[in-house]
Amino acid sequence: MSTHTTITPGDADTPMFYLAEEHHPENGTLLGFWIYLMSDCLIFAVLFAMYGVLGRSYAAGPSGADLFDLTTVAINTAMLLFSSITYGFAMLEMEKGRQGPTLVWLVITGLFGLAFVGLELTEFAHLFHEGATPQRSAFLSSFFTLVATHGLHVSFGIVWLITLMVQVVQKGLIPENKRRLMCLSMFWHFLDVVWIGVFTFVYLMGSLR
Amino acid sequence: MSADAHAAHDALAEHHDGASHGSMRGYLTGFFLSVILTAIPFWLIMGDVFRDARTAAIVVLVFAVVQIFVHMIYFLHMNTKSQGGWTMLAMIFTVVLVVITLSGSFWVMFHLNANMMPMSVHDMNKLP
Amino acid sequence: MSISPDLLTFVFGRLTFEALPFHEPILVATFAVVALGGAGLLALLTYLKVWGYLWTEWLTTIDHKKIGVMYIIMAVIMLVRGFSDAIMMRLQQAMAFGDAQGYLPPEHYDQIFTAHGVIMIFFVAMPLITGLMNFVVPLQIGARDVAFPFLNNFSFWMTAGGAVLVMISLFIGEFAKTGWLAYPPLSGIAYSPGVGVDYYIWSLQIAGVGTLLSGVNLIATIVKMRAPGMTLMRMPIFTWTALCSNILIVASFPVLTATLVLLSLDRYVGTNFFTNDFGGSAMMYVNLIWIWGHPEVYILVLPAFGVFSEVTATFCGKRLFGYASMVYATVVITILSYLVWLHHFFTMGSGASVNSFFGITTMIISIPTGAKIFNWLFTMYRGRIRFEVPMLWTVSFMVTFTIGGMTGVLLAVPPADFVLHNSLFLIAHFHNVIIGGVVFGMFAGITYWFPKAFGFRLDPFWGKMSFWFWTVGFYFAFMPLYVLGLMGVTRRVNHFEDPSLQIWFVIAAFGAVLIAIGIASFLIQLFVSFRRREALKDVTGDPWNGRTLEWSTSSPPPAYNFALTPVVHDLDAWEDMKRRGYVRPTEGFIPIHMPKNTGAGVILAGVSVVIGFAMIWHIWWLAGLGFVSLLAIAIGHTFNYNRDFHIPADEVVRTEGRRTQLLAAGA
Repeated sequence: MSTHTTITPGDADTPMFYLAEEHHPENGTLLGFWIYLMSDCLIFAVLFAMYGVLGRSYAAGPSGADLFDLTTVAINTAMLLFSSITYGFAMLEMEKGRQGPTLVWLVITGLFGLAFVGLELTEFAHLFHEGATPQRSAFLSSFFTLVATHGLHVSFGIVWLITLMVQVVQKGLIPENKRRLMCLSMFWHFLDVVWIGVFTFVYLMGSLR
Repeated sequence: MSADAHAAHDALAEHHDGASHGSMRGYLTGFFLSVILTAIPFWLIMGDVFRDARTAAIVVLVFAVVQIFVHMIYFLHMNTKSQGGWTMLAMIFTVVLVVITLSGSFWVMFHLNANMMPMSVHDMNKLP
Repeated sequence: MSISPDLLTFVFGRLTFEALPFHEPILVATFAVVALGGAGLLALLTYLKVWGYLWTEWLTTIDHKKIGVMYIIMAVIMLVRGFSDAIMMRLQQAMAFGDAQGYLPPEHYDQIFTAHGVIMIFFVAMPLITGLMNFVVPLQIGARDVAFPFLNNFSFWMTAGGAVLVMISLFIGEFAKTGWLAYPPLSGIAYSPGVGVDYYIWSLQIAGVGTLLSGVNLIATIVKMRAPGMTLMRMPIFTWTALCSNILIVASFPVLTATLVLLSLDRYVGTNFFTNDFGGSAMMYVNLIWIWGHPEVYILVLPAFGVFSEVTATFCGKRLFGYASMVYATVVITILSYLVWLHHFFTMGSGASVNSFFGITTMIISIPTGAKIFNWLFTMYRGRIRFEVPMLWTVSFMVTFTIGGMTGVLLAVPPADFVLHNSLFLIAHFHNVIIGGVVFGMFAGITYWFPKAFGFRLDPFWGKMSFWFWTVGFYFAFMPLYVLGLMGVTRRVNHFEDPSLQIWFVIAAFGAVLIAIGIASFLIQLFVSFRRREALKDVTGDPWNGRTLEWSTSSPPPAYNFALTPVVHDLDAWEDMKRRGYVRPTEGFIPIHMPKNTGAGVILAGVSVVIGFAMIWHIWWLAGLGFVSLLAIAIGHTFNYNRDFHIPADEVVRTEGRRTQLLAAGA
């Protein structure tokens, strides 16, 4: 709780029951955003549960082992990992209050994110071309939904990143913008964590025969 | 209103709300650990190192769990102090619920499938 | 002149004139009444020139008190709608025996029971508890507002948007005929090709966003904004239950959202999650929806438990018996509520091991709940009980809820559930806990905090009328259903062959009429209290001799809630302040930092309703346009950095000076 507020001293029997100065509760944005992320985590939990239950219901269609190209997935994973570390560098620059380098690292992060989304779309296009559409089987329904939900989150993160870059250019690294960058940082790293689940549970384990 | 005073207060608040920001060293450690922890499972599967699919699955899952921890610590800066421990508490609670949701669904659905899906007369006779 | 059908389909999707129910006389008459009433209301508002006032003071407000009030107004309106559905069902079931078919054809009856369930849970019970938490929690913890005031306004309007969509379904198209949880494959596109299930999905999704965000908001508020000195174990019990309830909201509503997204993908894209073929599993939907559905029950009832705790302590003039055990019981229920979901589908065939696990966890939940009942009883024991209206509701709750809890434990026994599943016994059970727990709790809460919100008490005579008609009506309406359920009568049936059952349904219908009088008494109570507001005026701000911080400020509280932030030294902070000779400060006021109103919430929610409507009717261009504008408006809103202002010190001095005069005049 607020530790930097001074409580006006009273005597022992009747202590002071109010503050003489304005009370400043801590800002709740970071905690609130973290709680939102936890709820997002449960959305992914449902999608993972769905994939876990239906992931072997091929309906006589193709299986993961038939479809997945692990090289693409490895490159994709690398893109996301790089984007994570570059976002980290952006945050370090932000801490030092250096606006230019922060923006540069943010741009690089966004490019890695775009590369990730682009590769994923290429992969999907390839699968569609082979007739492996979401309608083909319950396995493919749950596969596409899980992976695309993650991809949509990354795309949304990119839109948000661009918005924040404009705002940093406009207003500079003011406390509000720093807080927003920290929220996006949590979002971005959180998506990375989800991706670990996706590449392990869906791609690697799905490639096992 | 005095924007400066407000900003100053915000800066002050940010300092003591205990959000940790990590360091170059931390990010790099996390990055190299996750590169290793990603590369090994990919190599295990792509190189068909394990004969037994079940062993492979378990090993790969263990790597994933370790890597999730690495990301939590080095990228998301989870610790027991930030936000007065509430982020940690929220995360533990969420992990518990995710485990319940996943394992519960698998357990329930496995039994439903086993009991309710079409089975041969032979299987049916073996039912208790 | 002719318009190409392709163009018409492009512009209007599948919305045609046939979608308007001109062939349903009941609906046409209802529409006429609603349209006339609505037009009259709009004309009245225009005549009184209050549009500007409504916009600046209510629609765009970020004041948690006004948002709380708006939630409750919405819930009361929807209660009338949901109850109309209920009484139509009771009437139909009392009539339709043998040759008599009643007045509701099956396809209409199916929509009515679906709408009744959806409306009562999502648009009555949820807004009631959210509204009450919104109004009370910041006041109880000595805060100026919630943690994210704009988000709060947005959440409210999203919930209201969902309600608007449900209401639109009454007159344009149809509502789902699937039951309130829309189980597939019935709710899949193959068996429900119409717009009903789509109305269901989109209204719940839009309202769900609001519910989730308000959950996040209230958690952050309770964690971060408590007055100095208010440690966790000094929080009022209502705040504790609100915290746990919101944790459950954040932990379970995403599951609902995700499940409904999967159902909509099945319906819109043709995926195979819950279909009968291509490997889909309809049972997985049932599994997932109850992972949300069971915690939802506790989301509703925990705040009601909180209300009863506050009311019992206040009207017995004692500190709540076993505060710590109450807190622990609440936390235990929060966690256990996540471990019992399978008891909603024992009969689906998971087998003995799974069923016994979930049966046992369900029975365990009754332990902390029972502990709570004893805490209330021991609080009453040797207390100076004042049987004001809120206390009456509480006593009636304790009796009624215990009966409902016991039938719940019966249903938790898997073999018994195989007999009672899907029967009217189940219907009686959950109405027993939801009416006896949640609804009675909300009426207790509304009566208890009404003077805080408006500055005058509710008229006790009409309150007692409402109380008695509700309580007696409840027993008449639902005890027969227990009997019928034990005889094996199943739910959701609009016609019966066996005439010997009819008498029970007639008794139930009589009970529903009594409840209708109870609801009417409540509405009359609001009207009469407003007329008699001078006589019922609360000058002190503490009409019940309350114990928690909200009673330390004026009724209604000023926009800033507390002129100077209170410091808490004990549980029941206000009681402690009164006991130790607290003197209200009359000088030394300082400027107060407050958030500014914004119209973004209403606009975003309005656009969401348009998107929902467009998706329901397959008007793709409108949905796309709506989505792009939603994104643009949301991003545009983040460019507004100028979100707060200071209430100058002299304005605080003036407001507090008026209160000083009032208090002196009252003394």
